Amino acid sequence: MTVKDLIQALELKVFSGEQGLENEIQGGYTSDLLSDVMGHCNQNDVWVTLQTHRNIMAIASLRDLAAIVIVKDLEPEPEAINKSNQENIPILGTALGAFEISGKIYEFLKKKV
Amino acid sequence: MQIYRADLHMHTLLSPCGSLEMSPRTIVDTAAARGLDIIGITDHNSTRHCKVIHKLAATRNIAVLCGAEVTSSEEVHCLAFLPDFERLDLFENYLQAHMQDFPNDPEYFGDQVQVDENEEIIYQEERLLIMAIDQDIDEIERQVHALGGIFIPAHINRPAFGLISQLGFVPPDLNYDALELSRHITTKDFKKAYPELADKTFIRSSDAHYVEDIGCCYTNFYLEQPTFDEIKLALHNAGGRYVAEEK
Repeated sequence: MTVKDLIQALELKVFSGEQGLENEIQGGYTSDLLSDVMGHCNQNDVWVTLQTHRNIMAIASLRDLAAIVIVKDLEPEPEAINKSNQENIPILGTALGAFEISGKIYEFLKKKV
Repeated sequence: MQIYRADLHMHTLLSPCGSLEMSPRTIVDTAAARGLDIIGITDHNSTRHCKVIHKLAATRNIAVLCGAEVTSSEEVHCLAFLPDFERLDLFENYLQAHMQDFPNDPEYFGDQVQVDENEEIIYQEERLLIMAIDQDIDEIERQVHALGGIFIPAHINRPAFGLISQLGFVPPDLNYDALELSRHITTKDFKKAYPELADKTFIRSSDAHYVEDIGCCYTNFYLEQPTFDEIKLALHNAGGRYVAEEK
């Protein structure tokens, strides 16, 4: 399943990193503590968070994540957007909170596997 | 007794986010030029540069509080200062025992180098120092106080990595010696916004990562002498020592 599939299925907004829309998604991780994500996420996960600063891209890049989904209509900071375009890792958005969007992504992943 | 000017929160080039210009020598020279009487050395999760700075600062008549800025498991930043080198070493062991083994990537996060007084590199820290250790704030507080240290939650007003941003509130039963505010707010304005904290002791510091910021924000302590013990007394408003709130 690609990032593009997820965007279409859940009507996610695309902030940046359009070149990475074909990235494969293999799982997901929901957390707002950077240290936690660094230590426990998996490669090709989609990461659900409310953090919007540029360090989310450092983590996404280092951990080879498929995409980041920012919740509650929050917007990524310009530095994060720049890095997202450089690294081809999409930053996506949703109006939903982390609980709801995680549930939907989880169900969607389950169906596709 | 007299007023001593203290900037208790600054980073050396050891912190990945610290500028490579923040060498022990430059920090001490700058502190002297800016009229600081006391400086606190608070790299992320590491105390490696404390001793060399303490030595250099002594030649310029500047007192040094040795410690670190610890990232708790809740991702709250806390300043920890230890009373002597022996207990500083014990605290360093504690930090190293609880750090996550996540490797630094200097390209993303910055270099983590330790230098000697001649600015020669003597060590490169491999583990990323800005990651949380596996101890929560209460455990860190207990450890710091067990070693006779000073425990101050850092920049509690900041929108990230502060008590309020991470927990939503200042825990009423957290045993801190003082609370730190960043340069972005005055103590007066903070107390207005948080009247329930009006009777607490606040310090303000630069949190300098760059040379130009050293001493840009400081705390005036009214003390007998610029020592660890005196500062601890002042934080608790004891024996006539106190923290003079900025005008």
